[in-house]
Amino acid sequence: MTSPNLSGVELSEDGARWLETATRRIREDERALAALFPAAGRACGRGPIPSRPGWTVDQAVRAELLAALPGKGAALGETLFELYAHGDAAERLAVLKALPLLAGDGRLGDEGLPIVRDALRTNDARLVQAALGGYGADHLSDHAFRQAVLKCVFIGVPLASVSGLDRRADEELARMMADFAEERLRAGREVPPDTWPLMERHPHVLTKVHALRSAKASPPPGDGLDGRA
Amino acid sequence: MRIFDPHIHMTSRTTDDYERMYEAGVRAVVEPAFWLGQPRTSPDTFADYFDGLLGWEPYRAAQFGITHHCTIALNPKEANDPRLRPVLDLLPRYLAKDGVVAVGEVGYDDMTPAEDEVLSLQLGLAAEHDLPVLVHTPHRDKAAGTRRTLDVVRESGLPPERVLVDHLNEVTVAMVAESGCWMGFSVYPDTKMDEERMITILKEHGLERVLVNSAADWGRSDPLKTRKVGDAMLASGFSDADVETVLWDNPVAFYAQSGRLELAEPTAGESFAGNSVRRGVPA
Repeated sequence: MTSPNLSGVELSEDGARWLETATRRIREDERALAALFPAAGRACGRGPIPSRPGWTVDQAVRAELLAALPGKGAALGETLFELYAHGDAAERLAVLKALPLLAGDGRLGDEGLPIVRDALRTNDARLVQAALGGYGADHLSDHAFRQAVLKCVFIGVPLASVSGLDRRADEELARMMADFAEERLRAGREVPPDTWPLMERHPHVLTKVHALRSAKASPPPGDGLDGRA
Repeated sequence: MRIFDPHIHMTSRTTDDYERMYEAGVRAVVEPAFWLGQPRTSPDTFADYFDGLLGWEPYRAAQFGITHHCTIALNPKEANDPRLRPVLDLLPRYLAKDGVVAVGEVGYDDMTPAEDEVLSLQLGLAAEHDLPVLVHTPHRDKAAGTRRTLDVVRESGLPPERVLVDHLNEVTVAMVAESGCWMGFSVYPDTKMDEERMITILKEHGLERVLVNSAADWGRSDPLKTRKVGDAMLASGFSDADVETVLWDNPVAFYAQSGRLELAEPTAGESFAGNSVRRGVPA
């Protein structure tokens, strides 16, 4: 049976053979991962997976390699962090995207959080976006989650891609967004359109913003705003 | 004019440079690991530097339409600091990465026994990881240093077509041409090599196995020198195809020996979305 990590992935004969050998070697000795993990793209390809938007073949293959790791809990978290820390951007991205899959079977708990926190400190929009997948949404503290969402707005990560935002957006996040909107309006700059719905859930945070907008005779939120993120 | 700069230290350059390079025709670069102005004192700072060459720098370059690869090594100057010897233990892990298209810069600085040892060890790593090698030639005592470099390369058993010997000049070009190694020329504002001298060398030695780079870094240097050489070639009667051979085909042929050179146009999309590098750029 095909592993769910590989759903939608069609490997060449050579690629499939490589992956089979690689997972076997990792099960025998997880240290083999250090050389196998970086080679996944070269061995199996890097194309997009049509049935899984945002996923590429190398990412799915790397998730499958990680699934072969025998450990769990803190030991698994340490192995993953070490791999992430020595990874290039594509490897780091793959570790981040694999976190919810690894957490799915209860082996990881919150031991993957150091990886998420590290990615959120970078300025690479791809890593920040991946850090806010299902795992980040389930495990980040309220404060860390709010800061991360605000960072997305600053570096141009679309909020639609943030997992669990609907569930976790609270009044404090709305307040932070409204302060941000005020700053932008005072500077004569645009407010990214995808931030308004977060504020409109708690309309009282918008008092100052509305005052600024009417002073400038701008159209109300959601009406006539240009589409620039 | 399509340009591949086979040797440039973008870590030390600004986004203005990336913009001007793209405008001049630069579409791909290789950034060799080398020394920074400030000597390092621990292997950990090398790990951070290597991570930057494989993470942040290609990401930055892609946002300006330029493909970025790198070479990884312990450079000769810092090979003399015993505190940094453990960097050699980090190398196998980095030499396994997709973005690494050669071992380099290796070679000589002061021509010490430590440099000897580190050079031959890294030539061995290149063979083990099936990667070509970028070899730096020393600024001081250049002819003797280049001769000794070629001897060590020969003894290593690496095929000469997998070795690029860089920073050549009128004095060192003939011996490298004869060795069968690739010949690199770093065109600088006023030291190593300039455009006019480069034209003379191209006329004398031909275009085969010749690479031209800016080697631009944190010192006085010019990331547009590759383009200036291309213009000088055209002005002195070389054809468009000749320029393409020197500024694109030759570097591609050399680094493609790694099997890891990916020259698809960097994809825009998410990376162009007004992130922290291109902040303030109109969408």
